[in-house]
Amino acid sequence: MEMIQARELVYEYEKRDDEGNVIGMSRAIDGIDVDVQPGQFVAILGHNGSGKSTLAKHMNAILVPSGGTMWVNGRDTKDPRELMQIRQSAGMVFQNPDNQIIGTVVEEDVGFGPENLGVPTEEIWLRVEESLRSVGMLEYRTHSPNKLSGGQKQRVAIAGVLAMEPQCIVLDEPTAMLDPNGRKEVIRTVMELRRKKQVTVILITHYMEEVIDADQVYVMDGGRIVMKGTPREIFSQVEELKKYRLDVPQVTMLAEELRRRGVQIPRGILRKEELLEALCRFN
Amino acid sequence: MSIQLEHIHYTYSAGTAYEKHALKDVSLEIPQGQFAGVIGHTGSGKSTLIQHLNGLLKATSGKFYYNGEDVYAEKYNMKNLRSQVGLVFQYPEHQLFEVDVFTDVCFGPKNQGLSSAECEERAKEALELVGLPEKYYRQSPFELSGGQKRRAAIAGVLAMRPKVLVLDEPTAGLDPRGRDDILEQVAHLHRQTGMTVILVSHSMEDIARYVERIVVMNRGEKMLDGTPKEVFAHYRELEQVGLAAPQVTYIMHDLKERGWNIRTDATTVEEAAEEIIRGMKHSYD
Amino acid sequence: MIRDITIGQYYPAQSCIHRLDPRVKIVCTILFLVSLFVQNSIWGYALATLFLAAVIRASRVPLKFIVKGLKAIVMLLLFTVVMNLFLTKGGRVLVDFWIFRITENGLRTSVFMAIRLVYLIMGSSIMTFTTTPNGLTDGIESLLRPLNRWKVPVHEVAMMMSIALRFIPILLEETDKIMKAQIARGADLESGNLIQKTKAMVPILVPLFVSAFRRANELAMAMEARCYHGGEGRTKMKPLIYRAGDYAAYGITLLYLAGIVVVGRFTG
Repeated sequence: MEMIQARELVYEYEKRDDEGNVIGMSRAIDGIDVDVQPGQFVAILGHNGSGKSTLAKHMNAILVPSGGTMWVNGRDTKDPRELMQIRQSAGMVFQNPDNQIIGTVVEEDVGFGPENLGVPTEEIWLRVEESLRSVGMLEYRTHSPNKLSGGQKQRVAIAGVLAMEPQCIVLDEPTAMLDPNGRKEVIRTVMELRRKKQVTVILITHYMEEVIDADQVYVMDGGRIVMKGTPREIFSQVEELKKYRLDVPQVTMLAEELRRRGVQIPRGILRKEELLEALCRFN
Repeated sequence: MSIQLEHIHYTYSAGTAYEKHALKDVSLEIPQGQFAGVIGHTGSGKSTLIQHLNGLLKATSGKFYYNGEDVYAEKYNMKNLRSQVGLVFQYPEHQLFEVDVFTDVCFGPKNQGLSSAECEERAKEALELVGLPEKYYRQSPFELSGGQKRRAAIAGVLAMRPKVLVLDEPTAGLDPRGRDDILEQVAHLHRQTGMTVILVSHSMEDIARYVERIVVMNRGEKMLDGTPKEVFAHYRELEQVGLAAPQVTYIMHDLKERGWNIRTDATTVEEAAEEIIRGMKHSYD
Repeated sequence: MIRDITIGQYYPAQSCIHRLDPRVKIVCTILFLVSLFVQNSIWGYALATLFLAAVIRASRVPLKFIVKGLKAIVMLLLFTVVMNLFLTKGGRVLVDFWIFRITENGLRTSVFMAIRLVYLIMGSSIMTFTTTPNGLTDGIESLLRPLNRWKVPVHEVAMMMSIALRFIPILLEETDKIMKAQIARGADLESGNLIQKTKAMVPILVPLFVSAFRRANELAMAMEARCYHGGEGRTKMKPLIYRAGDYAAYGITLLYLAGIVVVGRFTG
């Protein structure tokens, strides 16, 4: 069974004028199909306003489709009776680190999810400790979240989701507000979790460097999925990506620039080492 | 005409348990018309540094001359400094408050005591400089997209006609196109007006293409200062303090290590491609 | 500057006071505050001082930190002292100058009033310094639970309090940032009369409210995403259970209270 499956997903919202009268409908998502297998790492790329965050919110039943269907772990998100199970199995991490930490002490924040699920006290403690350990924040358990760096706050947020023991984590631009160090720190944490816990990861981002390890990449534009494939397939189409207001890692750009100038190197180079190897074949 | 900082020290909450040295012995001269970049990660002191430039923070010790005048002299007109040095904060769209974009941009000039005709003229000029189309002028700033909001907010500072424009992380939170658009616009503005532009960023790759000089801050100290080529030559030191040079810098150095006969100081993709091709031809000879 | 306010903050440390059940701390703080107002003698204050000093010592919160919290009430303190000093009649006249007349009673009342106010703040800040905001709201929620019978949404109120406490420092920092940004745009926040000053606050308050609403919106979404659905069926990570130390604390406080009553009887 697919972890996440969407068929002909549509999301519309009302556009209102200054007095609050409905003046029309706007489509944020326009007929999308998505399939994510358990254990996969799937990245969704798109510029701001492409509909990628709206899609992410469907995976956690924060938004419910206006048309089509979204299944999470086989459960239809339109069914209100499934709500808790869906939210437990697909945890969500948001963009702004400050606006998703509820607790005033790190460990209490991580315990928030299990508390809502009605997990017995002793088990909450076990889960909190285990979650904080797996994101490397155990030593900060009694700290105030306000004193942490952006990257650390996001790791706490990830721990908060982990403590609910989800099968899938949806990260909605978790690094957009962080500096390069914080960005690396968060992505490293996510990748480690994937390795250790075989958890499904759905990463929504516009930083290309973060998706080169993905199993599958979706590119969104105007509420539709416009490209789909492995990172190599996607990044070999530099011009098309530019059309969708995205760019590619500098290494890929350099390879592309060299190809344009007549150097025979393969398409879709993602890593520095690949480019070096390709170049050294000439010398 | 220049900004001149001499041995600036700045200490937060001096004399308490929370005492923190945010700046240590920073000396810096930025001539009028330069396009400079300040790089450092969170907590490096770069934000503290730029707040000194328009007098929002006053150094604990050290000297600051603007156009040769001592800013810390008792009679110095701080208000004048603030209208000469425009400071655009991180996420500047969070400071928008007026009913429409145009009125919001007029806020700065109005505070300078200009007539409403003059305010409007300046607002128009500033909005044109940031490339915001006229159809947005009478819209509420809260209805614009992220990139447009940011342009409106930058216009709000430009409308004061500063001689120096300081931008703190102007691309934070924007998507790649939005980031390129804003940086292009700033570069264009620099060419057109000839004002000094100081761009604060934590991304080397973003600014290497635009600025003529990079100042690297680390733990409150000035660590490196020079042209992008000079600064990136220290890529190993940069790495040690958690800052990375552009990816192309690494590629060029690695190629050299593998015996290629090439220069390693390329900072942009175009330069790197050119140099690699030259290196290839060279080895065929 | 705005960040110097210490009232309501939590001071992390390992101490027996930190470990007490929040309910104990709330009830005992209230008892202490009451004790300040039921007596009015030197011996009573001496006993209160002794009690407060012992608690502060045991809490391992530096005295400096607690005293800093008093800064916020300096104006109120001065006002109270001055009012009491000049307006209380009776007793021997100590100073008589122009329209000012300070009497022995006035001096006595104003000094006691000042001590009361200072102890009041110190006593309650010891509670907030040693209890995490979450613990505090848990305590209040638990103490107020009987009100549920009258349809008072106790859990919701407690949750609101805890969120407010979490966001106060964030919003203070944000205010600081917006103020700086508007000053950089030439805003004048200091000069002018009251009306001008109020008007000058608009460019700060509007962005602050916009941001607060945006944050509230996002936070609500994040809470929902983590399965928050009100107090029903919720378990607690840190349930409140009375331990031996808590009963001992109740006992000590009651002894202190008894002491105050006795002292009041004999000296009052």
